[in-house]
Amino acid sequence: MTKRLLEVRGLHVRYGRFPAVQDVSFEIGEGEILGLVGESGSGKSSVARALTGLAPRTGTVSGLGPREAQLVFQDPYASLDPRMTVGRSVAEGLPRGLGRAGRREEAARLLELVRLGRETAGRYPRQLSGGQRQRVAIARALGAGPRLLVADEVTSALDVSVQGAILNLIRELRAELGLSVLFISHDLAVVRYVCDRIAVMREGRIVECGTVGQVIEQPSHEYTKALLEAVPRLQ
Amino acid sequence: MNRMRSPSALAGLLLVLVTLVFAVIGPWLWGEEAARFDPLHILEGHSPEHLLGTDDGGRDLLARTLAATRQSVWLAVLATLITTALGIPLGALPSVLGPRTARFASGLIDSLVAFPVLLLAMFAALIAGTGARGAVVGIGVAAAPGLARLTRTLAGTVASSDYVAAARVLGASRAAVLVRHILPNIAEPLILTVTANLGYALLGLATLSLLGLGVQPPDYDWGRLLHDTLPRVYVDPEAVAGPALAVAVAGIGFTLLGESLARAAAREPSATSAPSASRGESRTELPPECGPLPGTPEAVLEVRDLSVSFGGATPVRGISFSVAPGETVGIVGESGSGKSLTALAIGGLVPRPGEVSGRVLLGGRPLEELSRRELGTRLAMVFQDPMAALNPALRVGSQLAEVATAHLGASRGQAWRRAVDRLGRVRLPDPAGDARRHPHEFSGGMRQRAVIAMGLMGEPELVVADEPTTALDVTVQKRVLELLAEVNETTGAAGLLISHDLAVVSRYCRRVLVMYAGRIVEELPSERLRHARHPYTRALVASSPDLSTDRSLPLATIPGLQPTPDEVPGGCAFAPRCGRVLERCRTDRPEPEDGLACWNPEDA
Repeated sequence: MTKRLLEVRGLHVRYGRFPAVQDVSFEIGEGEILGLVGESGSGKSSVARALTGLAPRTGTVSGLGPREAQLVFQDPYASLDPRMTVGRSVAEGLPRGLGRAGRREEAARLLELVRLGRETAGRYPRQLSGGQRQRVAIARALGAGPRLLVADEVTSALDVSVQGAILNLIRELRAELGLSVLFISHDLAVVRYVCDRIAVMREGRIVECGTVGQVIEQPSHEYTKALLEAVPRLQ
Repeated sequence: MNRMRSPSALAGLLLVLVTLVFAVIGPWLWGEEAARFDPLHILEGHSPEHLLGTDDGGRDLLARTLAATRQSVWLAVLATLITTALGIPLGALPSVLGPRTARFASGLIDSLVAFPVLLLAMFAALIAGTGARGAVVGIGVAAAPGLARLTRTLAGTVASSDYVAAARVLGASRAAVLVRHILPNIAEPLILTVTANLGYALLGLATLSLLGLGVQPPDYDWGRLLHDTLPRVYVDPEAVAGPALAVAVAGIGFTLLGESLARAAAREPSATSAPSASRGESRTELPPECGPLPGTPEAVLEVRDLSVSFGGATPVRGISFSVAPGETVGIVGESGSGKSLTALAIGGLVPRPGEVSGRVLLGGRPLEELSRRELGTRLAMVFQDPMAALNPALRVGSQLAEVATAHLGASRGQAWRRAVDRLGRVRLPDPAGDARRHPHEFSGGMRQRAVIAMGLMGEPELVVADEPTTALDVTVQKRVLELLAEVNETTGAAGLLISHDLAVVSRYCRRVLVMYAGRIVEELPSERLRHARHPYTRALVASSPDLSTDRSLPLATIPGLQPTPDEVPGGCAFAPRCGRVLERCRTDRPEPEDGLACWNPEDA
């Protein structure tokens, strides 16, 4: 592995009495994409929320400063304020000191970074397609200058033909910016395509973790085998 | 304001405008006459000089009623301002405070709401003093808890949205979240509620004045006029009618307007509001009806030139296909391709104001000739969300049994036994016990099994499943799909599986129909999907990653977007996105021929 960016040790998340995440530990290297797969209720989204400060956590998370982990959500329609222009949404995470013109310029640059035109800044989320909205959400997250992008089921609400473009974008951003990504998905085929390493979660715990080759080609845990076996394949 | 054309909205708007005009001009035009004493004509009834009679000072009651408009409306506005100033900040507090103080503020709102409104009004009025001031404060304070609760609910919904979470991750303060995200997103419903509240305040103030608790002489509002004239109601009813009518007009006006605005705002701008003028055009585009052409007699399902349209938009545009007995057919397409509306049309379930044309034959008979009972037993439908098909208040067994008692005329005992048997057939672990449970005690997969069991209560010839596993985990998806396949095999029923997932369809169906922008563009055996001839099918297959996709290459994508149903281009709908497009594709629409609608197909 390259230089380590993030180390998570003994992470626990509880909602009231319910233990959503139990004793989870993992590392992410700089410029690495770690996949987190599991079924609904496995606790993978709770890990995302805990890393970004949206859920209460115990355990140690070292290597990241405040706001250095940014979250991109599943449903790009719900994650953008319908009453804000794209430009204002993207500018939300920019540092205060930039000034008005500087912020506008930086927002436009971010929009270009996610392959949207500058003119998109003046539009509203409802005027965009699902794929375009998800690009805006990614641009907004990049505005805070994150070292880790937490992508929580970012393509589950999108059509297949659009999904590919977002997956390509995430791989390109990693190559261009050296960004690390925690890529959360229930879709093993998608995770296999995007990630370098994969962690499999079940009932709040990581049951298996390894490189894509190990987890997909030679899974060691019974649960991983069952998941892989259930993935529908084109005949 | 297209959405505000309902009669009740117009009536409300008209009544409010009339009230406001009189509030402005009333005191100017009639103020003097309303105050003029005339000791010679006291307590008179209707006469040509005094249409509504006079009061105990001989003053003209019509003039007084009209002149009182300003005072009545003004007091209602003041009371509503008090309500707004108290209610909205109180309701917004819980979403900006820390969790502990938020809980306290929330509890305060709840206990205030629990307080009887009348008691609260009297209490506040007592503290503020008698007369108009007391009444205004009383009415204003009494309505505040209700508004606070509404504000809290609305703000809570916005506060738990993903975009507020995103703002918090980006480091926005609570105050910034309130000003930037919460208030702009709840302003609209709040303004509407406040408008309706004006009506209630007006009625409340009139009631207090009528009881002698509100406005005191020499001032007067409508309530005060009612108070003064009410003792004469049997002698001179016209004296009471004036102020009573005025209260009704203004009160109903504000309430109607506020509620119609709220209804209009709640309704999303939809295809239904599309101008009806374009309807004619889209109709003529459709192919002519196929006459009484007899369908394939042995087909379980025969769909001929099926179209579904909503106003100017036609999401399903003249599709034809058939399903043979025992056959499993899949329909794939992306969202907006019309595949789900096709399923609804087959079940006769297209929601209003959708219009269905073309023919759907079930077992050789047109859908509209079948009774609900026949449809209920010969066709089983399974949707994405099993909870939508199950009544949460009833035991699963009773819901299944109802199908047998209603459609098959079974006795209750027979029906229950059949329900338990069917629950066993869909492999629920404990059929007899599970039949006595409620849907919420089931997992998602068990619920979907229960819905399939419900479909099996009759003797279905066709099971239509629309994205039946999209909400389920892969391991559960696999078992539900296996169950569907097993049902087809053991009962001999045909299956129509609708999904966005090519792999799911290819695994469980022998034949696949590919839909794009409301039409079937290709029909092929599922094992031929990788060698599809339509460029859209090829692109769809190429862009779906699977466990053997080459990771060193970028994923294939399809540039552009599927056209929306109201702007489908003239030629082939896929032409603007197609890599093999010819000049002809943009102008002539390819008709399906041997299961392929394309002018320039790929080689097989």
